[in-house]
Amino acid sequence: MLGSGIIKGLAVTAKNFVGSYHDPARMVTEQYPEERPKLPEAYRNFPFLVTENATDPMGTLRCVACQICEKECPPQCIYIEKSKDKKPDATGKPQLYPAVFAIDTSVCMSCQICVEVCPFDAIKMDQVFEVAATNRFTGLLLNREQLAKPNSYFHQIHPTDAHEVDTRLAAERKAAEEKAKAAAAAKAAAAAAKPATPAPATATPAAPKPAAQPPTPPTA
Amino acid sequence: MNSSGLSLLSAHLPVAAAADGLLERLPLTLRDTFVQWFPAPTQWLLHHLISIVGILAIFGLFFAFTTVAERKLLGRLQNRLGPNRAGVPKFSFLPFHLKHKLFGLTQPFADAVKALTKEDIVPAAADKLLHFLAPVLVVAFSLLTFAVLPFGRNLIPVELDAALLYFFAAGSATELTIFMAGWASRNKYSLLSAMRALAQVISYELPLLLSVIPVVLVAGTLSTQEIVVAQGFWTFGLLPHWFIFTPWGAAGFLLFLVAALAESNRSPFDLPEAESELIAGHLTEYSGFKYALFFMAEYFGLTALSGLGVTLFLGGWQAPCAFLQFIPSYLWFMGKLVGMIVFFIWVRGTLLRLRIDQLTRLSWQFLVPLALINLGNAAFWALTGAWSGPLQIVRWAVSAALIVVPFVLMGRSLTRGQAPRTYRYAT
Repeated sequence: MLGSGIIKGLAVTAKNFVGSYHDPARMVTEQYPEERPKLPEAYRNFPFLVTENATDPMGTLRCVACQICEKECPPQCIYIEKSKDKKPDATGKPQLYPAVFAIDTSVCMSCQICVEVCPFDAIKMDQVFEVAATNRFTGLLLNREQLAKPNSYFHQIHPTDAHEVDTRLAAERKAAEEKAKAAAAAKAAAAAAKPATPAPATATPAAPKPAAQPPTPPTA
Repeated sequence: MNSSGLSLLSAHLPVAAAADGLLERLPLTLRDTFVQWFPAPTQWLLHHLISIVGILAIFGLFFAFTTVAERKLLGRLQNRLGPNRAGVPKFSFLPFHLKHKLFGLTQPFADAVKALTKEDIVPAAADKLLHFLAPVLVVAFSLLTFAVLPFGRNLIPVELDAALLYFFAAGSATELTIFMAGWASRNKYSLLSAMRALAQVISYELPLLLSVIPVVLVAGTLSTQEIVVAQGFWTFGLLPHWFIFTPWGAAGFLLFLVAALAESNRSPFDLPEAESELIAGHLTEYSGFKYALFFMAEYFGLTALSGLGVTLFLGGWQAPCAFLQFIPSYLWFMGKLVGMIVFFIWVRGTLLRLRIDQLTRLSWQFLVPLALINLGNAAFWALTGAWSGPLQIVRWAVSAALIVVPFVLMGRSLTRGQAPRTYRYAT
C-alpha cells in the first residue's frame, strides 16, 4: 500500500533515535579532546628513538649512529652526526652514538623504512598525532632529546612488536654473552694449552724462553 | 480580545470552572496589571503591543530552540550526537568561568551572533530596495499568521470571525516575497529557483486549503477559537472529540501534514533550496542576517502551520482528558505544537527529497482528488450528525470506507510500474 515504505522508514529512524541513547554500537562518535581515540596497534606516524633507560635517555640510546636510516630515508628527513668518542651501550660494549639526530616531521612520509632497515631496533614508529606546531621550522624539526622515548613507552604503544624485539635482543645478548664466554673459555684453554703445545710443535732445542714464562690465569 | 467575546465563549465551554483557574488566567492578569499603570487612552495600544511583544519573544525563542532541537534530533536519528559544544562564554568581569557546555543549548545564540557579524553582500546589479525588502517582508508576513492562532482558552491575539481566511491570506503573501527575492537578486539562477519555489508553493496551496475546508464544514465556522471549542468534549471524560479521531479528520490531518510540509519548504519537499543540489535556490544572493531572516521566516511559517494543524485537528488548547484540565490550556497548545514540530523533524530525518515531477504529480494526481473526496466525506459526516445507536457504527464505517478505498485505489494507480523498484547496479 502507498505509504507503507514511509512508515517503515520512520520506524528505522525511530530505532536509531532510541538506540543512540543506550546502544554504544550505534553511537560511534568519539568526543575527541575529552575522549582519547583508541588507536589500533598498527597505527604509526613519525619515528622515535628507543632508549633503554628512561632516567638517562641520552646515555642509553640504542642508536649507534650507523646512518643506515639516514641513507635509506626516501624523503631524506633524517640528519645524523656521529660522535667523536665512544660510549658503552646497554651491554657495556663501547659504541658510537649520534651527537646530532634530527627528524623533520614536516618532511617525513611515515613510510617506516627507517624502522625496517635499522639493525639495532633503535628507531620505531610513534603514535603521537597531535603534532601541530606554531613554527614550521623549529616546531616540526625534532632533535634527539625530543625523539628519545623509553622502551617502556614502546611496550605501551606497540606491545606485540616490543615483546618480539625484547625477546630477540635478549636472545642475541645471551648468545653474545655465551659466545664471549666460549671465546674467553677458548682463549683461556688456548692460554692454558699454550705452554704445552708450542713445545711439541716447534720441538726446537733453542726455545727455552716461552717455557720459562709461567702460565698466567685468564683474567676475563 | 474583548471581554464580551470572552464571556460569550465561556458560556458554552464544557467546564467553565477551568477557565477561571489562577494559572489559566495568569498571562491575562499580568497583561492587565501592566496596562493599568498607563493612562486610559493608550491602554488599547499597549494591550495589543504586549500581544505582539509576547508573540515575538516567545516564538523568537521557540525558533531559536527549534533550530538546535532540530540539529540534535536529526543527529540522534542518524546516530550522531548533534551540536553539544556551545556553552557559556567566558565573561571577563566574572571571577569564575562556568565551564558546563549546557548540552549545546546556547548554540542558537552563537549562530545569531555569527549571522549578524557576517558580511552582507548585495549584488551590484540587484534591485537594492526589493533585495532588502524581501527578507523583511517574509518575516513580517509569516508573523502575521500568529495573530489568529488560539494559544490558550483566553489567549488569542486577534479574534476574527474569518480567522482561517485571514491565516491563509497572510500566509500566502510569503509567496510574493519568494519571487521578490529571486527577482531582486538579478541572478538567473535565483530567478529560476524562485519560479520553481513558487510553482511548488502554489501547487500545494490547493491541497492545504482543501484539507482544511472539511473542518470548516463540520464546525460550521471560520473562527479558530470556535473550532477549538467545537472539539472540547469527551466521551466518558477520557476520549476527546478532536477532529483527528474521526475518519474524515484523520484523512484531513494527513493531507494537511503533507501539504504543510510542502508549503513550508521542508524535507522531503525542500526542492527550492535543496542544499545538496542547488546552492540555495532563490536565496543564492543572500548572506549574513538577511539569509538568517529567510531561515527564521521558514521556521515561523512551519510553527504557524503546525499551530493551525493543532488548532484544527488536534483539539487546539483542549486537554486530552477531562481530568487533565487543571493544566493550563496554553501548555497543552505548546505541548501539541512541540509534538508537531518533532514529527516534522522526524520526517526530515527519514524521507528523501522528491523530484520536481514527483512533487507536482503527488499534489495534482493524489492529494487534490483525495482532499475533494474527503470534503464529500465530511459533508456526509455533517449530514449524519443526528444518527445514533447502531446507525453510528454505519456512519463510522461508511466514512472510513469513503476515505480508505479511494486512498488504496489511487495509491495503486499512482505507484503502478513504480514499485517494487529493481536496482540495476546496487544489490
